[in-house]
Amino acid sequence: MAKILEMKHITKQFPGVLANDDVNLSVEQGEVHTLLGENGAGKSTLMNILCGLYHPTSGEIWLEGQKVRFSSAKDAMNRGIGMVHQHFMLIPSLTVVENCLIGAKSKSVVKLDLAGAAQKLSALAEEYNMNLDPMARVEDLSVGACQRAEIIKALFRGAKILILDEPTAVLTPQETDELFNMVRKLTNSGFTVLFISHKLNEVKEISNSITILRQGRSVDTVKNEDLSVNELARLMVGREVDMTVTRHETDQSKAMLTVSHLTLGHPSGNRLLNDVSFEVHKGEIFGIAGVDGNGQSELVECLTGLRKATSGTAVYKDLDLAKSSTREIMKKGVSHVPQDRQKSGLILSMNLAENMILQDYYQPEFGKGPMLNWKYINEYTDKLLKDFQVKAPSRFELAQNLSGGNQQKVIIAREVSREPGLLIAMHPTRGVDVGAIEYIHKRIVEERDAGRAVLLVSTELEEVLKLSDRVAVMYEGEIMGVVRPKEVTVEEMGLMMGGQRREAPQAAG
Amino acid sequence: MSPINLIGGLITSDLRMATPILLAALGLLIMNRAGLINIGCEGIMLMSAFTAVAATYALHNVWLGMLCAMLVAGVMGALFALLTVSLRANQIVVGVAFNTLGTGLSTVLYRMLFGMDFVSVKEYAFSRVSIPGLKELPLIGEALFDQMPIVYLAFLLVPVVAYFLFRTPTGLNLRSVGENPRAADTLGIDVYKMRYAATIAGCMLMGMGGAFLSTGLLNSFQEGMTANRGFIALAAVIFGKYKPKGVMLATMLFALGLAVANLLPSIGSNIPYNFVTMIPYLLTVVALAGFVGKVTPPAAAGKPYKKG
Repeated sequence: MAKILEMKHITKQFPGVLANDDVNLSVEQGEVHTLLGENGAGKSTLMNILCGLYHPTSGEIWLEGQKVRFSSAKDAMNRGIGMVHQHFMLIPSLTVVENCLIGAKSKSVVKLDLAGAAQKLSALAEEYNMNLDPMARVEDLSVGACQRAEIIKALFRGAKILILDEPTAVLTPQETDELFNMVRKLTNSGFTVLFISHKLNEVKEISNSITILRQGRSVDTVKNEDLSVNELARLMVGREVDMTVTRHETDQSKAMLTVSHLTLGHPSGNRLLNDVSFEVHKGEIFGIAGVDGNGQSELVECLTGLRKATSGTAVYKDLDLAKSSTREIMKKGVSHVPQDRQKSGLILSMNLAENMILQDYYQPEFGKGPMLNWKYINEYTDKLLKDFQVKAPSRFELAQNLSGGNQQKVIIAREVSREPGLLIAMHPTRGVDVGAIEYIHKRIVEERDAGRAVLLVSTELEEVLKLSDRVAVMYEGEIMGVVRPKEVTVEEMGLMMGGQRREAPQAAG
Repeated sequence: MSPINLIGGLITSDLRMATPILLAALGLLIMNRAGLINIGCEGIMLMSAFTAVAATYALHNVWLGMLCAMLVAGVMGALFALLTVSLRANQIVVGVAFNTLGTGLSTVLYRMLFGMDFVSVKEYAFSRVSIPGLKELPLIGEALFDQMPIVYLAFLLVPVVAYFLFRTPTGLNLRSVGENPRAADTLGIDVYKMRYAATIAGCMLMGMGGAFLSTGLLNSFQEGMTANRGFIALAAVIFGKYKPKGVMLATMLFALGLAVANLLPSIGSNIPYNFVTMIPYLLTVVALAGFVGKVTPPAAAGKPYKKG
């Protein structure tokens, strides 16, 4: 088949970072070509260059045998390149059709042809089996529908090459299947799809060819059928990865955290949390799965004193977390790895030693009368940095200068070193590299083995199923069911993530 | 005076008083919809009020005076855009600077040109355009069909701006820049260009308002004569929920306070004048404190956009 797109020797230098280093990409017409790489491998940069948002420092782009230069997103769009960004580029207050018309060429400068465009969109939606109302306001759409709106928008603007940047990150397994069906339909009709991902199973399922990026360089381009998942993982990470975790038998007879009928109202009347009940036992990892935004953040905020629940209790060592302040909760021995390490986990403009004592600075061990005991704090920090394998030049380094994985390790170090009775970890591995994931998983399981109760909230289904002893699935603020990972299929999990309730939750063994 | 005449006069006066505020508010609305908050409106109105009088005096034509005022306002708009769009300075701080600059500079320039003299441009004033027949209608005849052309223009601009914002492709692009500039960027819209254009056009409307205030309503320039009308216009945009028609109704409501205050002495009322003039400002406080119900400003209003 004909080469539709070639990117040759693309290099992109940002101040201080070489994001793309001599990257080569060659895509055939009508295929699903995957860009596989870890976070920070340069996939998004490369695609932003392709769609005209960034200009390469050097290198060439060839489209259908012609050398092209894009000076703006409009240029790229006019040449048939459409990108569906990971964070949707839609305006919530506008309708789908208005979103599609933004910046579009219009026959008349005076009249916005909403009806005509809506008709075209309906026709496109029908052609590719997409269920989408062009007149719906984007703010009323589900995540899946927003994604369809983005795809339709790109098609409407004349895209022939469709770039999907981590499209499955926000979808349930069923929605992912739907998306893949749509992708197959598109490629059968002659469209070319560039699929960006780091999830190996999905890559295996949908791709024709795969280009692997590592640390800004293109490592190899392979045919999907030529390599196994493990070989892909090795190419992506650059070494053998051992993602299996070993866990020991623990005594799980004692409940540490008992959440009963926890409810959180909202001024608008709908409930962010509705009658949530579960127990987390000693020596157990209790996972909470679900698509992002289904009440997981609110649940964790209620358990850590950041929000007050409307009703219900969450009892840990005879303290009702739902009615206590954060300080009281932390003092009782609860540790919290927050969902966003940069916004709420660390103070980026402070150094590592300062970040290490953020919550316990007032404890006598860190003080010398009214002053801080820096000598002790520094020793303490050095020890933690070493114990938790944080790669940092020194304790005086500002938190903002660390990579995502190392920032996360700093937080884990701070929280785990407090030897908590209950560890609440939310998205502990979001956006970190495979090495750090391996390490963080190991540490969390170690905590469990040491007899602590762990509440793990994550949207990565694989992660929750691998680490947890039991898993609850949340959907629109409610628990759809509690299952043991070994006794459930991904499909069943997907149904629950999409709002199907499972019969009576099982008690812990 | 008969009650009919009285109310008729009140409406006439209301529309006339509303005109400068409405023009400024429409300018602010356009800027706001493109993601810019310009609290420097007051300063821009003062500068253009002064420019209009000075230019009218020099050129003997009130229309040319207004044009000059709009040009000055446009230049100030370009400066505002340079600072807040290209250099990404804080819009509120730049706005405050514009107010201080406008107050000071208009006073200094006026004194340099005219000293402490009172300069009237009454002889060049806008003449009323009345529509015979319709003008004789009771109650609303004089208010709607016997006004200065700028009054007609200001109110005609309301549907024009509404059509532009909500029915034209450019209007959609402008709104998208105010809601989510990054999304607009990915769709090939030049966010900076759009924001420059909105700022310059918006400020020119404010300039028109300022010019009408001095040459249309008072035929002269006085120091600080805008008396916070720029802020009232800001409040009117919020009060009108970022929609042209709502903004128009809000400015008419605010202007009613001014109109009533003007009317009081002529009917021999003993309600203190100052008390009534407070009304628009009280309404402004109410509007800005968010008592008007749920108002959703453009999502990116006030936020600088950095490309790439």
